[in-house]
Amino acid sequence: MMTPFRRRNVLPGFLPSLGLTLVYLTLLVLIPLGALILKTTEMTWGQFWETVTTARALATYKLSLGAAFGAALTNAVFGLIVAWVLVRYSFPGKRVVDGLVDLPFAMPTAVAGIALTSIYASSGWVGQHLEPLGVKVAFTPLGILVALTFIGLPFVVRTVEPVLQDIEAELEEASASLGAGRWQTFRRVILPMILPALLTGFTLAFARAIGEYGSVVFISGNQPMRTEITTLLIMTKLEQYDYTGATAIATVMLTLSLGLLFLINLLHGWARRSAAA
Amino acid sequence: MDVTQTLDRAPAAPALVAAEAPLAKWALVGLALLFLGFFLFLPLVAIFAQAFESGPSAYWAAVADADSRSAFGLTLVAALVAVPINVIFGIAAAWAVARFDFPGKGFLVSLIDLPFAVSPVIAGLVFVLLFGMQGYFGPWLAERDIQIVFAVPGILLATLFVTVPFVARELIPLMQEQGSEEEQAAISLGAGGWQTFFRITIPNIRWGLLYGVVLLNARAIGEFGAVSVVSGHIRGETNTAPLHVEILYNEYNFAAAFAVASVLAIFALVTIAAKAGIELKTGMHGRTR
Repeated sequence: MMTPFRRRNVLPGFLPSLGLTLVYLTLLVLIPLGALILKTTEMTWGQFWETVTTARALATYKLSLGAAFGAALTNAVFGLIVAWVLVRYSFPGKRVVDGLVDLPFAMPTAVAGIALTSIYASSGWVGQHLEPLGVKVAFTPLGILVALTFIGLPFVVRTVEPVLQDIEAELEEASASLGAGRWQTFRRVILPMILPALLTGFTLAFARAIGEYGSVVFISGNQPMRTEITTLLIMTKLEQYDYTGATAIATVMLTLSLGLLFLINLLHGWARRSAAA
Repeated sequence: MDVTQTLDRAPAAPALVAAEAPLAKWALVGLALLFLGFFLFLPLVAIFAQAFESGPSAYWAAVADADSRSAFGLTLVAALVAVPINVIFGIAAAWAVARFDFPGKGFLVSLIDLPFAVSPVIAGLVFVLLFGMQGYFGPWLAERDIQIVFAVPGILLATLFVTVPFVARELIPLMQEQGSEEEQAAISLGAGGWQTFFRITIPNIRWGLLYGVVLLNARAIGEFGAVSVVSGHIRGETNTAPLHVEILYNEYNFAAAFAVASVLAIFALVTIAAKAGIELKTGMHGRTR
């Protein structure tokens, strides 16, 4: 797309639109986030470090990051399968299934939380069958993983689908005609092509899962040191009016989220470039 | 047989020589459906099953209860406030970013994306830090007897914050893709700025706008974490529908909790249908947010 000469002079409204945007973002986003940073600086570095490295806090990081990673990985594997099935095959009810994939985007997290808890509790539809096998889901880290998998489900599916759709059949046919088996073709032709999108979807699901609260807080049981996630720790400190403590943990989370946002933008760029190639 | 036919793109079914064995196909379909069944279908069914567990009259009683109604009302108000404001912002931001070049544009776009990357709990926390009793503006507000946190204004602010990016993120790529030629032509033919905007820009972006509004609306209604932090959970006053679900559930009033949840779930299904409808209409698919 060519940039026309002196576009800015022809179209009106540059200063008003930019001005409105900047004012709104400053008032609603920059100042509140600035308050967070400001509050953090009220602590000394030593106090900050002590607050964010308590055994309890460290346990929450391990749990949040670990469960988010596991959920994103599950979504990467099964999301790829779902995307493949939706793009390549037809079956009765496919339209409905395709639409349902967006459910975790549209559903309030609290609603998802209580639904998942009721299913996986010991008396629940699935829980009652798993319990005799010794598998407890509700009120364990496994339950957290289940909830985070729900939350991240659409990300991989929706990022990989367009790339799968754009793969030309000739490439696969060429590979097959050169003697490659189906799995070989998948592994060496198709997978490299969808890898950027797959990684992007994985990172999106991971980033979302780390900050998740509503769908996890019901199924996890929230026991400190065992099933407490970082967002709940922040919430608990707030309820106890420990604003500086909550802010310190929040700053750790925010730094991680910003790092992931940066990484996602890089991955998006990579995915765009490799799709254009 | 025309040689070029074998080289044409095969849309849904790859050519015979490069396809999976039927057994593999059905195994994959089965696996996909099993996964989706457990994670999507089962929870959805569970919501409605549990909602009606005590019978239909208990269901209606829970949904029409005074506290429930006030919770639905507050949720609606939050959406009615968040949608127009963020639509106006989204259009303004898209106009600035997609139609002009200026230094720092990339930074601005990242800034718009920021509420997306922030955990909802942190989104609520920042407003408590600003407007809470011990917040930076706390004493100033207390002097004037203004309540923001633990009151409706705080809920509106938190909802506004988390929904900032939705419309902007839809419109920016759309308007960049469409280019400004039509608008430039209009201006050069003597149309005024607003004339151009309402008669050319808006019609061109209307589906992207609608799509963004649908997603924004769903998020505004369903927001839980951020609102939970700022709300104070005062029944009948500062509870949105998702918070009300939480309260009922924590009181072990499961049937009522699921009854209210089912209303939200129905709305989620309507959202998905609207989203799919727009995607069908405009030929886009697989948009991730």
